[in-house]
Parts: sequence; structure tokens; C-alpha cells
Amino acid sequence: MTHLPDGRFVDDEPYDPQQSILELERRDLDAPNWLLVWRKFRTHKLGLVSGVFLLLSYLLLPFMGFIAPYSPNYRNADHLYAPPQSVRWVHEGEFIGPFIYPITAEADLETFQWKFIPDESNPLRIPFLCKGDSYKLFGLIESETHLFCAPEGATLFLWGSDRLGRDVFSRILYGAQLSLTVGLIGISVSFFLGILFGSIAGYLGGKTDWLINRMIEILRSLPELPLWLALSAAVPSNWSPVAVFFIISVILGILDWPGLARSVRAKFLSLREEEYVRAAEMMGASSARVIRRHLLPNFMSHLIASATLSIPAMILGETALSFLGLGLRAPAVSWGVMLNDAQNLASIELYPWTAIPMLPIVVVVLAFNFLGDGLRDSLDPYS
Amino acid sequence: MAILRYSFYRFGTMLLTLLVVSVLVFVIINLPPGDYLSNQINELKASGQSAGVAKAEFLRKEYALDRALWEQYMIWMGFMPGPHGFSGMIQGNFGWSFEFDRPVSDIVGDSLWLTVLVNMAAVVFVYATALPLGVIAAAKARTWADYTSAFVGYLGLATPNFLLALILYYYGRKYLDIPIGGLMDPAFEGQPMSWAKIQSVLVHLIVPTIVIGTAGASAMMQRLRANMLDELGKPYVETAIAKGMSPSRMLAKYPLRVAFNPFVADIGNLLPSMVSGSVLVSVVMGLQTIGPTLLTALKTQDMFLSGFVLMFVALLTLIGTMISDILLVMLDPRIRYEGRDA
Repeated sequence: MTHLPDGRFVDDEPYDPQQSILELERRDLDAPNWLLVWRKFRTHKLGLVSGVFLLLSYLLLPFMGFIAPYSPNYRNADHLYAPPQSVRWVHEGEFIGPFIYPITAEADLETFQWKFIPDESNPLRIPFLCKGDSYKLFGLIESETHLFCAPEGATLFLWGSDRLGRDVFSRILYGAQLSLTVGLIGISVSFFLGILFGSIAGYLGGKTDWLINRMIEILRSLPELPLWLALSAAVPSNWSPVAVFFIISVILGILDWPGLARSVRAKFLSLREEEYVRAAEMMGASSARVIRRHLLPNFMSHLIASATLSIPAMILGETALSFLGLGLRAPAVSWGVMLNDAQNLASIELYPWTAIPMLPIVVVVLAFNFLGDGLRDSLDPYS
Repeated sequence: MAILRYSFYRFGTMLLTLLVVSVLVFVIINLPPGDYLSNQINELKASGQSAGVAKAEFLRKEYALDRALWEQYMIWMGFMPGPHGFSGMIQGNFGWSFEFDRPVSDIVGDSLWLTVLVNMAAVVFVYATALPLGVIAAAKARTWADYTSAFVGYLGLATPNFLLALILYYYGRKYLDIPIGGLMDPAFEGQPMSWAKIQSVLVHLIVPTIVIGTAGASAMMQRLRANMLDELGKPYVETAIAKGMSPSRMLAKYPLRVAFNPFVADIGNLLPSMVSGSVLVSVVMGLQTIGPTLLTALKTQDMFLSGFVLMFVALLTLIGTMISDILLVMLDPRIRYEGRDA
């Protein structure tokens, strides 16, 4: 550091303007691919928010039993179709923290409906970290502690209760476990089949290619839902809910692969002629190795983006199947199963809260769409 | 002439596809263990009613359900003589519905053309909304018009069809007095065609059309917008603007025509999802289309009925795709030669 007579400080290090520019560019060019993708993805705000939201939702899935105040099939026979109870903070000008007014059911003999009347003189605080129904954390550890539960002697139906007096809020949380994983299992099946058939067709070409291509065309030209219906109608009714769940996700995936296989095939056709593939072949790599090590990594990211975009179709598919009574069945809880209750206009008009499960469906499907769009836009960082 | 030859070629491939589809459908309807009649026989035997057993056994022979599976298929399709000679799908005999104890053709009857009608109305709706909205969204990219249409489009994609149906019915009834459920006034059911009946059908069609078409329209709108944006960046657009063309005329005359091709080709993707949607929506809305029939048939394992419905639905999409392919060749002369070589 030199102190100049006019009062300025100047660095003594030799300075080469050319070099500093090069260094900056070098750092950008040498950055690993994922970093570039991440930088670009970060600018896609909607995609970023959706991604964080989905990540959180999936991370919370094992803890749903802890968050939900009730167990999914707990029936409160005195409170059928109870409307949502709102959480309040201030009672008669006095702050007492989150509390509810207990509700009691009264029969209205004119309309023959249950009416629920809140007792506004009796605020009950919502207890936190309290004992309730037992559940299994991660499906393994037995526990009875809930994040919050109903006050002693009262009910806590944040989003109302359904036809059998079960808590809609708790059921939505438990339903997320099945509704969200159905898409993941389905997409894994479709991913596996799509890559398998797509890469075989694209790499081998000739007769195999022709055959697989026709198969893809035929499957793509058929309407999915009737086939889903037909396939799930074939699931024996005496299977356990878990088995039904798996087979339904597999069914959803089985009809989805042709789209993926087609894009895999198209990529293979163009990449097959590249020099590095020929080099690998000349060094004696087997077809399987060339496909796995040299071709697939090239467009894996692209595939992931398109998979993200097709998960919503599966979530909606599960909902539709369960809604029609051919998907998941009663003891299992999913959003589609819950909506089965909201099937007719009368219940929407009288008990609008039974249709609340549509909100998480819409939100999750939107989030997957935005995330997929964001990924797709940012996956080619050099463009 | 080339177009005629292409049409024949395309028709041939459609028939072949249909043949493969028929095998698929037959396998699917035979997936559940047993068949309607053998299940019924077991049930009757279990409850000790032997009178019905003889009839069920007789029906089993009648419909060749006691033969090997491949023979059943051949008889069902009409490739092989059954107990009553050649009498299968290709001879126009669609089989017997055990659940309703009537011929399948009797049961589906009216619902066939209503299914076609509903789906055609939905396709028209998709094009009528997606076209202007997509063009506007592209022309006014990154303005409120673009964002609103994108938002509505995303919402349309994300809302399950049946919910949309319930919501539209509820508010349609409340504010616009749109009739709920069904495709015509109950008074007109089974009546011959009349002007009043057609009017009733049209009013009833409004909600189903919107519901079935929304998802397809939003997807198509987004694609059209992307295509248009690609075209709008090209030099010829700049030339047109530079020579002083009015923007709307320029849009319609150049970029739209280029962006339009994938739009027509897309009907191949659009139709299957649309027919899917219409099956679901029909069940929820109680439309007299083929959807509810399929659901009952599948639930009761009424295999000939469900087999026919599945075949019909597949045929509907295949014909639609074929028409769109031929249209595309007429619109875009570059495709014809590729199509014939492949």
C-alpha cells in the first residue's frame, strides 16, 4: 500500500486488467453443472418457492401423526358434520392465547339437521405438546404426544368434521401421506419403464425400435382414465389397503411411460452418433455400459424435469380413481377418498368444509407444475 | 391424389391399431378372477339355490365362456364361429350384458351419440378459447393480460375435473339458472328428435363442455403462447412491423399460421385426455354418456359391456387422431412425404 502525496491509497501489487477478467470468466466456466443450474433456478422465484414448499411437505410426511390432533379414523359420534371451529386469541377484550369455544350439538327439529352452538362464555385454551391418540412416528416409534390437541372435554375441528364425525384437518394430513407418495411411486415405475424401453429402442434401432415405437403409439392414443378404471377394477377386493395402494400406484405408472420413452428415444437417436459413444464402443464397452455411463447422464436432468411435470397427473389420477370408488379403499385415507364424501351438490351446499381436501390437491399440483417449469427453464445453463 | 393415398394408409394403420387395442381390452376385462357367470354360479351354489345354476350354466355355454381364453377372444371379435356361428364385434353383435340381462347394443343405444356430442363440443370449446387467449398472451407477453391468462390456465390444469363440475353447477344454478345434471330434460328422454329437445340438450351441455375442456384448453393455450413467442422473435416479424403493418393483421397473417401446425397436431394428445375427462365428469354429473355405464360394468364385472365401452372409447380417440393427422397433412405439405416413407 502506497500513500500518494494527494492523499490516495494505491495497491502495490502488479495489476493486469486482462487477467482479472479471465479469472472471472474462468470461475464461471469451471463451475460444476449443478451450481450453474442452481444459480439459474434461483432466479425463477415461483419455481423456487414451489420447490421449497414441496420439499417441506415431503419432509413432514413422517411427522403427520405428531401434527394432527386426532387419529384419522377416530370417530366423534356426537359431532357429525360439525362446522370448522375458529381459533381465537382475545376473549372479551382479554388476551389469553390460542383458544376455542366448545361446541355442543343440538337437533333442529324443523330442518332435521344438527346445529352446533358455541358456548361463548367458556374459552378453552388449546394445549400444546399433549397426550392424545397413539400413532407411530415414521411408522415405527409408538408415541402419544401431539403438537396440539383438543382441550379437555371439548373438540377441536379446525376444518370441521365429516359424515362420521372424523376430523377433516387430521384426515387431510394423514391423506397427504398416501396422496403424495402415490405420485412418487408411480413416477418411479414410469421412469424405469420409460428409460428401459426408450433407451433400448433408441440405441438398438431397427426392428426393436419399430416394435417399441408402435407400442408407444398405441398406448398414447388410448384414453388413460377408462384403462386405469378397468385395471383397478381388477384389483381383488380382499387385498390389504397397503397392497391396494401399491398396485394402484403401479397401475398409474404403467400407463404413463410411453411419453417418457418417446423423449428418451429421440435423445438417444441424436446422441448415438456422437464421437464419444463410438470411442466407448471401440474400447469394448457393452451396450448396457454405454447407455448407463455415457448416454443417460447426458439428459438425466431433462428427464427429471419432465418427470416433475407428470407427477401431478398421477396425483389427480389417484384422486379421480378413489373418488369413483375404484382406487384406495375406506380404512386408507387419501384426499380422493375424502372427496368421495363431497360427491354431490347437497353436501357441498350444506357442508362445504367436506370439500376442503380440494385445496391441498390444487396447491400441490400447481407447485409441481411451477417446479417443473422452473427446472426445465434452468437445466440448460449454457444457453 | 397423394392426400387420398395418405388417407388410405392412415386408415389402414388405424384398423391395425384397433386390432391390437381389442386384444389389450380383452385381456383387461378378463383380468379379474373368474367371470360374471361363474361368480354367480358360485354364489347361487353357496346359498343353495340350484334353480338359477342351470340357467347360468346354460348362459356360459351360450356365450362360450367355458372355452379357452383365445377362443373366447376370437368368438367375441367374430373371427371364429361361436355357438351361433359368426357373430361378434365385426358382425355388429356387441354381446350380452349379464348385469342388465339385455343386449349390450340396447343398453348403450342413445349414449353413444351423446358421448360423441359431448366430446365434440369440448373440442370446439378448447379451440375457441385456447386460440384467442394463447395469441393474446403471446402478443401481450409479460403484461397483466399474459399473467391473468397464465394464472387461469394453471388453475384450470390443477383443479380436478369433478370439483370444477360441482362448483360450476352450484354457482350456475344459483346465479344463471343453469339446469343441474343430465344432458336433457327428463321429459325428453326416449323422445324422438325435436327442436325443443335439441334446445334442452344445448343448455345442459354448457357446464359439461366447460368442465371437460378447461384442462385441455389451458395446456393448449400455454403451448400456443410458447410457439407464438418463438415465432415473434423472428426477422420476418420485424420486417412486417417495419413496413407498417397493423399489429393484429401481422399476427394473424404470419406467425399464427406457422404456430398453428403443432396446434392441430396436438389433437392426438388432446383427445385421449379429453375422453378420459368426459368419462369421469359424466359419472359425477349424471350425463347419459357412456361413462357411467363403464363404471357400473367394471364394478359388476359385466365383461362384454365394459369391453364394448372400452373399445368404443378407443375407437373414438383413434378416429379423432386420424382426422387430425390427415388435416395436418393438408395444412402442411412438408409432412406428407415423411409420413409415406416412414
